[in-house]
Amino acid sequence: MTTTAVAPGTTPRPPMPIPDIERGRHGPSTVRHGLTLAWRGVVKTIHSPEALIDVTLQPVIFLLLFVYVFGGAIAGNTTEYLQFALPGVLVQTVVFASAGTGVGLAEDLHTGIFDRFRSLPISRSAPLVGAIMADLVRYLTSGVIMLVLGTILGFRMHANPIDVIAAMGLVMVFAFALCWVFTALAMLVRQPRSVQGIGAMIMLPLTFGSNVFVPSDSMPGWLQAFVNVNPVSKVADAVRGLLTGGPVAAPATAALIAAAVIVVVFAPIAVTLYRKRA
Amino acid sequence: MDTVIHVEGLEKSFGTTKALAGVDLTAQRGTVLGLLGPNGSGKTTTVRVLATLLRPDAGRATILGHDVVAEPAAVRARIGLTGQYAAVDEALSGTDNLMLIARLLDMPRRAARVRAAELIERFGLAEAAKRRVRTYSGGMRRRLDLAASLIGRPDVLFLDEPTTGLDPRHRNEVLDQVRALAADGVTVLLTTQYLEEADQLADDLVVIDTGRVIASGTPASLKADVGGQRLHVRPLRRTDIPAVSTILAGLTDEAPVVDASGELTVAAHEPGLLHVAGGRFDAAGLAIAELGLRLPSLDDVFMTLTGRTAEDAEKQTGTTDEEVAA
Repeated sequence: MTTTAVAPGTTPRPPMPIPDIERGRHGPSTVRHGLTLAWRGVVKTIHSPEALIDVTLQPVIFLLLFVYVFGGAIAGNTTEYLQFALPGVLVQTVVFASAGTGVGLAEDLHTGIFDRFRSLPISRSAPLVGAIMADLVRYLTSGVIMLVLGTILGFRMHANPIDVIAAMGLVMVFAFALCWVFTALAMLVRQPRSVQGIGAMIMLPLTFGSNVFVPSDSMPGWLQAFVNVNPVSKVADAVRGLLTGGPVAAPATAALIAAAVIVVVFAPIAVTLYRKRA
Repeated sequence: MDTVIHVEGLEKSFGTTKALAGVDLTAQRGTVLGLLGPNGSGKTTTVRVLATLLRPDAGRATILGHDVVAEPAAVRARIGLTGQYAAVDEALSGTDNLMLIARLLDMPRRAARVRAAELIERFGLAEAAKRRVRTYSGGMRRRLDLAASLIGRPDVLFLDEPTTGLDPRHRNEVLDQVRALAADGVTVLLTTQYLEEADQLADDLVVIDTGRVIASGTPASLKADVGGQRLHVRPLRRTDIPAVSTILAGLTDEAPVVDASGELTVAAHEPGLLHVAGGRFDAAGLAIAELGLRLPSLDDVFMTLTGRTAEDAEKQTGTTDEEVAA
């Protein structure tokens, strides 16, 4: 280790002039700072690939378990079931990953680095925007892994590249919307473990109480009613339509409306709670 | 001299707890202001208000003339903050941490890289610059944290207990940096529980307890307020404490204070007391390990002002590194 004493007069520069007090207002700078902070998130992920487990290994295990444990019982054989389940598991994976955004933010809030961000002349919502943008990279990773694995296992896509991109895009939009829910949750309860626990309580009914794993026909009426309005079902239907053929317009529209409503409700809550946080 | 930090009647409550009950303080350009007090006295709350992280309930605070509530963006553009826990990203390298802050301050990429490298060098982190912060020691993290708060060349630096948890060597490194910054014209507000640290570093001191300023002034003037020299005696054997105490009480008409280490202290109004007391101990056959006159320490100041020792007040930190008897 070298010593750290500063020789007097080594860098007696004049203080940096502060050119624009405007920094820190909303507008393009929020996006620019958000991107810088998203870069932080992505570098973090690259440096600690173990943080990718929830969007890589975990969905792989899910897919394998569901296809080979339940597949035969639900659809008669595993190949048929894969055809039904893969688009749904794609959605489920991203729903789970978006809860990870909340947990990650709750962890960050405890490290003190958010205090530093809040004391910088940047927009107050930039750290949230940055975290969410960085996580979209994670979601995309998990989506691609699911598609590749599915294809290896024998998933037959009846789709052109545009359909595939549209399906991924829809899933990303939905994930972006959902992660505001978990961001708001993180700002509210603050403890990473509580976020994890409450997040699971939200995610499990949302994903299993949908047509992701099982078609809704066999379910009791009250459950069908829930499953049929569950936005996760709508996203899964639209993705199925895009990847394997079937109606797209109606479920996709419903999914996009649901995403918009979620953002409009939860993004302001998340940002307000974040700003208020002492 | 121009006033850089000006605080008047600052109040802040959390629920029913009054964290600040009317704090006033000022700091002049290029000086170090020490904010001294036990845990829970309101030091951190004061810093968080000044750094625009908390809104006060009442009172006014300005940094370089900018109100912290009305013009937070202007304040944020001029300040650096180093909190109690190192606010750096463990998953990033040292350089990347500094680059992140520089980019958030809208420095062009090249300028950001130059500035990061300069601070890495200055804080002795060159060998570790590319390593992830997770692998850094506590001292390295603190230095990186301090470097991060200096990226934008702030005019005002807030250091909230910058040396808590550091070993003495790293503590001195951080303190040296703070001195160098003040010499460069940076105004530093430093909170500490270490009286000794405040004594070494601060040009002015504000002592707070339960959200109120209970004393302020230069370290020397605070010590002068508390009174003159004190005689300290430590008998070699603890069983001799009552005998030593009786002799001292007889000489000064005052009952000496005995601390946990077995040291007796009494006000020394007479300059000859040292010799006289030494002679009496010899005559009585008492073996003395330490005997001497000292100016009051800030510990004595704190004791006089609050009726508690600083150690009583700072529960979690255990005993401070007092000299160990031979």
